[in-house]
Amino acid sequence: MKQFLLIFILSVLTFSVFAQDIPERPNPPRLVNDLANVLSDQEKQQLESELVQFNDQTSTQITIVTVPSLNGYEISDFAFRIGEKWGVGQKGKNNGIVIVFKPKTGNEKGLVFVAVGYGLEGVIPDAVANRNVVDYEMIPRFKQNDIYGGLSAGAHVLMSLASGEFTAADYQKKSAGKESGGGEAFFIIVMIIIVLVSLFKGGRGGHYNSGGSLPFWLAMGLLSGNRGGGSFGGFSGGGGSGGFGGFGGGSFGGGGAGGSW
Amino acid sequence: MKKSWIILAVIAVLLLFAYSSVKSSYNNMVSMDEGVTAQWSQVENVYQRRSDLIPNLVNTVKGYADFEQETLTQVIEARAKATSVNINPDKLDAQSLQNFQNAQSGLSSALSKLMVVVEKYPDLKANQGFLDLQAQLEGTENRITVERMKFNESAQAYNTFIRKFPKNIFAGMFGFEKKAYFEAEQGAEKAPEVKF
Repeated sequence: MKQFLLIFILSVLTFSVFAQDIPERPNPPRLVNDLANVLSDQEKQQLESELVQFNDQTSTQITIVTVPSLNGYEISDFAFRIGEKWGVGQKGKNNGIVIVFKPKTGNEKGLVFVAVGYGLEGVIPDAVANRNVVDYEMIPRFKQNDIYGGLSAGAHVLMSLASGEFTAADYQKKSAGKESGGGEAFFIIVMIIIVLVSLFKGGRGGHYNSGGSLPFWLAMGLLSGNRGGGSFGGFSGGGGSGGFGGFGGGSFGGGGAGGSW
Repeated sequence: MKKSWIILAVIAVLLLFAYSSVKSSYNNMVSMDEGVTAQWSQVENVYQRRSDLIPNLVNTVKGYADFEQETLTQVIEARAKATSVNINPDKLDAQSLQNFQNAQSGLSSALSKLMVVVEKYPDLKANQGFLDLQAQLEGTENRITVERMKFNESAQAYNTFIRKFPKNIFAGMFGFEKKAYFEAEQGAEKAPEVKF
């Protein structure tokens, strides 16, 4: 039992410590996050506008993150955690892709990883991500130090693979709101009415007005107390506004592939 | 007469309060419990995915490295052992999770040994089919890591929830039990030794 508690505490601690090493979700939202400063401003804008356009058309979100260091994580783990933390892709569709790039520095190998959200694993299986994207498009260019070329070519292949899987119209009709406790509210209202009616019957005069308002107030509290618990994954792009609207709350299950050079 | 009505009303309100708090705790416990069970089936899925990959992998390797019979047999045996361990998702206690993990880690180490052995065969390493299988296997290992992490997170949320006062009373009343966690695998931190 003690041991269990210890493990529990440790796991909570390690989790909270680790979580800090993952970059924060960019604000204002951006799809190209060049934290390692390997792209020129013009290259960043070019990539960003292509990816935003793709997001507007298909709702599929491809984000590129370059980092100087992985803070001790495996690159795959790093990519999944970014995807999960930022919520890349639309909630429910999980159509996000995270490309993490770590430049080659000194004697450290350059690393790249393409993390594919749950919803895209069907059109971009690991073997395809590994061969068609990483091995054929990215690594050869990275080897020649053409970082923009590699990222751009990789993103283009990913876009052509992912297009058709989801459409923008698809994501505009968001999943319907949470199930409301209709029967619940009805039950409580009936109870309140019974209480109120009995109060007034017994009260006659104005003496019990304050007594009458009390259960109602309480009931309102109860009703509103029942809501909540649902998580809000962020907001999705409004479409057509030009800029990137934000990440949608997609989830990652470990799909994707990576490589080094 | 009047007094008794007031008392009745107060009792009714208190009952409503109690009902509502027990109800919401209970319902939350149910949905979190289901969440852990669903996450468990995701964990089982990805392990299943790995064992589904193995026949193909073994056949591909066989064609090139037939004299590594011993390693291949180990993989096949470990797979058989791993798939034979099934645990009841309603009873995710430490013991059953440990059994599951032991069986699966046997397969993990047999597979990593195989992956080290194949480094000796350049022909195999140049085979596109093998490279695809290798990518799939790596992807599956990644999925296992991710789903295990998610399982731990949901089990942790559930455990924290049911152990807090006063929910621990309801949890005990309705028989909600603590879920076990996946632990880091013994020896997982040391990479397999490469001998040439």
